[in-house]
Amino acid sequence: MPLIKDILKERILVLDGAMGTMLQRHRFTESDFRGNRFKDWSVSLQGNNDLLTLTQPDAIAEVHRKYFEAGADIVETNTFSSTSVGMSDYNMEELVYEINIEAARIARKEARIFTEQQPHKPRFVAGSIGPTNKTASMSPAVDDPGFRAITFDELRIAYREQVEGLIDGGVDILLVETVFDTLNAKAALFAIEEAIEQKQKDIPIMISGTITDASGRTLSGQTAEAFMVSVSHIPLMSIGFNCALGADQLTPYLEVLSAKSEFAISAHPNAGLPNAFGNYEQTPEQMAEQIKTYLEKNLVNIVGGCCGTTPEHISAIAKLVIDYKPRIIPRLSATPLTRF
Amino acid sequence: MDVSDQNTGSSSEPEFLDHSREKDGETRDRYLKLSGLEALVVTPQSNFINVGERTNVAGSRKFLRLIKEEKYEEALDIARHQVEGGAQIIDVNMDDGMIDGKEAMVKFLSLVMAEPDIARVPIMIDSSKWEILEAGLQTVQGKCVVNSISLKEGEEDFIRQAKLIRRYGAAVIVMAFDELGQADNYERRIEIARRSYDLLVEKVGFPPEDIIFDLNIFPVATGMEEHRRNALDFIEATAWVRTHLLFCSVSGGVSNVSFSFRGNNTVREAMHSVFLYHAIKAGMNIGIVNPAILEIYDDIPKDLLDHVEDVILNRRDDATERLLEFAQTVEATKERKKEDLVWRKAPLQDRITRALVKGIDQYIEEDVEEARLSVTRPLEVIEGHLMTGMNVVGDLFGSGKMFLPQVVKSARVMKKAVAHLTPFIEEAKEENTNYAGKILMATVKGDVHDIGKNIVSVVLSCNNYEIIDLGVMVPPEKIIKAAREHQVDIIGLSGLITPSLDEMVFLAKEMERQEFQVPLLIGGATTSKAHTAVKIDTQYSASVVHVNDASRAVTVVGDLLNKEHSKAYKNGIKLDYESFREKFLERRRKKEYLTIEEARHNRLKIDWSAVVTPPPKKPGVHILKDLDLKNLVDYIDWTPFFRSWDLHGKYPQILEDSVVGEQARDLFRDAKKMLDEVIKDKKLQAQAVFGIFPANSQGDDIELNSSKGNFNFRTLRQQLKKKQRIPNLALADFIATKQSGTQDYVGCFCVTAGFGTRALAEEYEKNMDDYSAIMIKALADRLAEAFAEYLHELVRTEYWGYDAIEDLTNEELIGEKYRGIRPAPGYPACPDHLEKLTIWEVLDVEENIGVILTENLAMWPAASVSGYYFAHPQARYFGLGKIQTDQLVDYAKRKGIDLEKARKWLAPALNDNS
Repeated sequence: MPLIKDILKERILVLDGAMGTMLQRHRFTESDFRGNRFKDWSVSLQGNNDLLTLTQPDAIAEVHRKYFEAGADIVETNTFSSTSVGMSDYNMEELVYEINIEAARIARKEARIFTEQQPHKPRFVAGSIGPTNKTASMSPAVDDPGFRAITFDELRIAYREQVEGLIDGGVDILLVETVFDTLNAKAALFAIEEAIEQKQKDIPIMISGTITDASGRTLSGQTAEAFMVSVSHIPLMSIGFNCALGADQLTPYLEVLSAKSEFAISAHPNAGLPNAFGNYEQTPEQMAEQIKTYLEKNLVNIVGGCCGTTPEHISAIAKLVIDYKPRIIPRLSATPLTRF
Repeated sequence: MDVSDQNTGSSSEPEFLDHSREKDGETRDRYLKLSGLEALVVTPQSNFINVGERTNVAGSRKFLRLIKEEKYEEALDIARHQVEGGAQIIDVNMDDGMIDGKEAMVKFLSLVMAEPDIARVPIMIDSSKWEILEAGLQTVQGKCVVNSISLKEGEEDFIRQAKLIRRYGAAVIVMAFDELGQADNYERRIEIARRSYDLLVEKVGFPPEDIIFDLNIFPVATGMEEHRRNALDFIEATAWVRTHLLFCSVSGGVSNVSFSFRGNNTVREAMHSVFLYHAIKAGMNIGIVNPAILEIYDDIPKDLLDHVEDVILNRRDDATERLLEFAQTVEATKERKKEDLVWRKAPLQDRITRALVKGIDQYIEEDVEEARLSVTRPLEVIEGHLMTGMNVVGDLFGSGKMFLPQVVKSARVMKKAVAHLTPFIEEAKEENTNYAGKILMATVKGDVHDIGKNIVSVVLSCNNYEIIDLGVMVPPEKIIKAAREHQVDIIGLSGLITPSLDEMVFLAKEMERQEFQVPLLIGGATTSKAHTAVKIDTQYSASVVHVNDASRAVTVVGDLLNKEHSKAYKNGIKLDYESFREKFLERRRKKEYLTIEEARHNRLKIDWSAVVTPPPKKPGVHILKDLDLKNLVDYIDWTPFFRSWDLHGKYPQILEDSVVGEQARDLFRDAKKMLDEVIKDKKLQAQAVFGIFPANSQGDDIELNSSKGNFNFRTLRQQLKKKQRIPNLALADFIATKQSGTQDYVGCFCVTAGFGTRALAEEYEKNMDDYSAIMIKALADRLAEAFAEYLHELVRTEYWGYDAIEDLTNEELIGEKYRGIRPAPGYPACPDHLEKLTIWEVLDVEENIGVILTENLAMWPAASVSGYYFAHPQARYFGLGKIQTDQLVDYAKRKGIDLEKARKWLAPALNDNS
């Protein structure tokens, strides 16, 4: 199988769309979430989407399948909140490794089937690593700006556990996404490097930040360029943005990355901005029309969807990108030696 | 040698580690990239990168003290000041035996992260302890610089630390230090640099652009033979490193080089300048430097330059002796230095620009006349020659290379130039239509303070805004009328006393009612972002911005009037204030308060039998007329004087400050000169009235008897719930209760040094000299404060005489190391300005010395101070904090005023829900 790094130079890769939007269609009840195994669990489990990997594995596999069918090259594992930090809401810290390894296996199995059927278009699995619900460089208490709800080390240890599960489950890529506090992301990158070093595996890393609003900054206050500088210390496969904004609103920040980064550029925007009821209304055609701008401006190497996007959206995107060349990934001048 | 060549690596062809060069795609050079909330990319085109060093406990005694006392707010101010002053990176160091360095580092950096105006720039985490460095790296989201690592403890440690630093995503400073010690000559420097570089790049995989070498700057001219090449070795090693160790940077602490000339700043600055000039040429691109001295290499007098260059570049065997000798003459002749007039031979535009930048008004009229004769329309001189010069001033100020007093001097030159042209412009029937915008400025009704407002006006006018200044005590209807008449783009309101806050709220409401869209700027000592967000912004749907210093005023006004971005900026401000408001109100709700009865129960209980305050030696009311101002000079607290000019730092250390020191010295010299004239020619008149009276406390009131009858000072009591055994204070607690049977005493006073100020200021303004006009007001303020301090001493030692022997230095006086306090109505312990009316009645202030109260109870002349005297050793200053409705109702009743009136005057002390 060709390396994903080489394919990246040939064509634009398509990432999948939202997992949550697809799972909502099942209208799973509390007892669906619990399944047999957790029927006596002490706290309510409804809403713990990542747990469905264990209790409704077929539903998860189906979502992956639909996205591969729609033309996605990469699907993300159902592990956005699968760290001990995120799982503590459900007293499920103990299950973190299992959830991650299972999620990776389910996605890998679907990828293998599609790759066998279409060897010219190999499919990949990216282990999804979310931001957690705590921030390491902002205080949740307005009257105590020096306070932190979580430390770098606590995050590093939590991420390490998630990453080991994902790697052991066989993911092809690790995707640190929806970064709204760069220090959280740095803890994740730190954990990834540790795990990769220990397991002696070269797994490509993608990182994707989130510009929260028209201020053009992350939630923790960084500009697009500052975010890029802060996470480019390790060789990334790609850097990009996702979530919070629609494709249109994301364009100026992708332009910054495209102009300044020596890595591949990714984007997986939302299906527009949510309406008053929190629903996304952008149609696949509308979204594809906006993503066309990225392609015409030669901004991206990987494109997909986030909140509100469906296989129909991804299908529209996949059809679109065929006609365009990927952004050419620049190189840094090589490292010199000092022998004279 | 050209620096730009070395950085790109284009001039030499290095060997490459990575041979897999690809055909397609562009190759990008490696640049040092750092980040705070914003990115800092160091390219060959970048100017020298300044690192702010005041947030270093080893380098700043003030910062050390603040950290020790856990005064983090003030410590943050130091960081903020550095960034505002032009530091592009801030160095944070907590290495001190008396503090827990790791904890202090994490705490301080966590707080920095919450201040966007500081966190904007990258952090240099500075420590000799690895655990502190690592704790810092775990706290900051941006890409930092670690300062520093070295081969001192061997390769293993070095590699381990470097690997972790890369994994944390930081750049690193590598000291030229190895197992054998610090590199002190050219060969050792390059040997260690090369070895460190190879280990980092090959063994660790450290990006070479993230390596910064500190090649050790050591003193020269020490008299020791082996130190003679110290500067030269550094410079040559720098050139070697930048040519051979591709993509890395070179840094250092410059002031070391001139260590042996401590005390002679003229020579030291020349040495820094010369050293940097050569080091930068050799490739040094980062350093801890006072930005103010960077540009003066060309201005160093030729003879001094030669002597200094001989030493730095080791050009003569007797260079040190010759410089030492020469230094003495430099010091001696500094004040009488003859003006260097070479610049007068430069082309016309250069002369005008220089006159504006340096604030020299001597030749401006003749230059402007020459310019006028060279153009067809006189207005072209303003639009062309003068604006060209003022743009340079604006850029220098904006980039932190000029400071406020200099800009005000520039404005003086500008005004003179415009005044010279005005008759010709009028004759040609032209109008200057080229302004960037029109701004109305006013001090609100009932308030007389205008130093800050005038400074902002001057700075804005320097940036090509037309200023409509309505002066002081301006009623709202006049502001609104003038705003319409002149079609202004922005209205700026200023005030110092608390009732002015209400005036601003009122004006905002009125503007809303009349459907104004003009943005409102709020400034002045009593204003705050909190008040603006909670009370003013909510009244006015157009923009309201709180601006508390002149340099920010320029950016804010620029943003508000920018055609392209103003809408986004205005929306941003509204949202910012909204979220600030929410957070602020949220925060306030969390505090717990006692009822007034509970608070009284927890009053300070003094044992009245322990210390008895003696009766005054000279009872009754006393008047001092026309005090000789000479008496006050030693009592002046200069620190606030510098603050009023936006120069922050404590006197006298501020005079030696690495960033603002030079400016502070210039300003101080001008101030002293004016002060001498004021004293010699008795230009200002100082008066005082005061008295000490028998008194006892009754609840929270102080009853006093004078020959005029009985009076009551009504005091207010803290209601915030305290920790155990901490009392809820009211000033009345410091006076013996009636029930105690002890006869006690209380005093009150009013002093002024303000008579004469207005006439002088107007005279200066007439001569277009805003600099002096602001200066005289600032001096009068200082003299009034000094008078209050002086009089307090007279009272303690003579009139009341409870401290008959007192031998305190001025610092001790300012540090209030004596018995007794003199709190002033309108200030934290007693925020109610209405109490001034009682003082005025007790002392017949207006009749006796002529100081009057405006409708909003500001004192006129503005340079006046009034207050009470308390003598008990336990009396101390405190802040009232917020009070509750029950005390408000009680207070209104005690004073015999209606509730609404009480609410109005106590508004700043009230919780919003009361």
